[in-house]
Amino acid sequence: MKLKNSLKITVLAVMGAMLGACGSIEPWVKPYERDRLADPIMFLDANPVSTAYIQHVYEAREGARGGEGAAGGGCGCN
Amino acid sequence: MITNVKRIGLGVAALLLALAQQSLAGVLPDDRADLLYHLYDGGGVEIDGPSLLVRKKVGKSVSVVGNYYVDMVSSASIDVITTASPYTEERKQWSLGMDYLRGNTTMSANFTNSEESDFDATTYSFSVSQDMFGDLTTLTLSYALGDDTVGRSDNPDFSRDNTRQHYGIGLTQILTRNLIASLNFETITDEGFLNNPYRSVRYLDSANPIGYSFEPELYPATRTSNAVGLRARYYLPYRAAIQGEYRYFADTWDITSHTAAITYVHPMGDWTFEAKYRWHDQTGAHFFRDLFQRSEQTNFRGRDKELSPMTSHTFKLAASYEFLRDGWNFIDRGSVNFSVDFLQVDYDEFRDISGDAVVGTEPLYALDATVYQLFFSFWY
Repeated sequence: MKLKNSLKITVLAVMGAMLGACGSIEPWVKPYERDRLADPIMFLDANPVSTAYIQHVYEAREGARGGEGAAGGGCGCN
Repeated sequence: MITNVKRIGLGVAALLLALAQQSLAGVLPDDRADLLYHLYDGGGVEIDGPSLLVRKKVGKSVSVVGNYYVDMVSSASIDVITTASPYTEERKQWSLGMDYLRGNTTMSANFTNSEESDFDATTYSFSVSQDMFGDLTTLTLSYALGDDTVGRSDNPDFSRDNTRQHYGIGLTQILTRNLIASLNFETITDEGFLNNPYRSVRYLDSANPIGYSFEPELYPATRTSNAVGLRARYYLPYRAAIQGEYRYFADTWDITSHTAAITYVHPMGDWTFEAKYRWHDQTGAHFFRDLFQRSEQTNFRGRDKELSPMTSHTFKLAASYEFLRDGWNFIDRGSVNFSVDFLQVDYDEFRDISGDAVVGTEPLYALDATVYQLFFSFWY
């Protein structure tokens, strides 16, 4: 019982800390530290035409589909 | 003749979502043009054709994109040679899309139409991407609606409809100055005529001298699938990158699969080399049988080898060369890329009935295919 209460308090404390942090998250990778992420070899999808084609091949040859997602990005390199 | 009923629509949606989501939230995609030649050769099937993609900004907050894609198919696949006659056909697909950037939000809309002699697919897709937390995080929500019309080349009166809906959510996260990762979840629902109108299943038939006969396959009219994929790319200390990815898939036809891949990227001067290994393993659909015990044994019946339990391996090698680094006329730079994928599929229950083996003891089918891609890219 004591363990259960401790667990509840810990979970609430972590959730509270996370909620509090939402308002003021400091980027832990600064814009000037993103030079490597801006390198084309780090692009998750550097060639969208090629990626779309090969996904089409896999979907034709296998029973699974979706979830491959796409590149997105978010390196904020602009 | 239909090559991949329902899968073409899926491919269209995949292309649309890729085109829609390739943009980084908070920054519009680069202006570029890509001209691709693709060739798939394996299992008695040869499919080749071009794909042209052109993307251009209009003002500071809009980017438009267009794509034209052609499949020229020559098929004498294991299905075709055992139950029908070899055929050739052509599929043409075009798409138009637009991205609109406002602050840290990118909104995308795309339309695609695919046509062949007996299959039409139209897909509309929308997505919204939002940069958050100092551009460390990008959240993307996407939706696509597809309408397909299935026909038969030997019966102009045959027409069936499918409706597909895709719901996607994706998160891309910068984790360290060397590591970026993305997590994607996608649900796809289908409703309508989901089987191939030409394909047959086989069942034991003592009245037939070969021991079996064929009857048309019949799939459920609905399918819902969920897939979750995770990928991460890491910048190695000596300017190279390594990527790992994994996807779990499950659907209401009882297919579950695991897919994993590892990629290594190594630049060397104007060249960039890439090597990739991909592994896929799946269970079969609950209505798949290689050989039914009697005619109409189950309510739903299928003998599509892609619905069989299987394991596939793909090895990829790619090289790209950058040129015009100092620009020429209105072109900023260009690259030429060549890749080859060696695909090997081992089917656990689908048998090769092209030989003379006793019914039910035929060897399991295996497929080897090679996929070539050659494409030029220009940024301007």
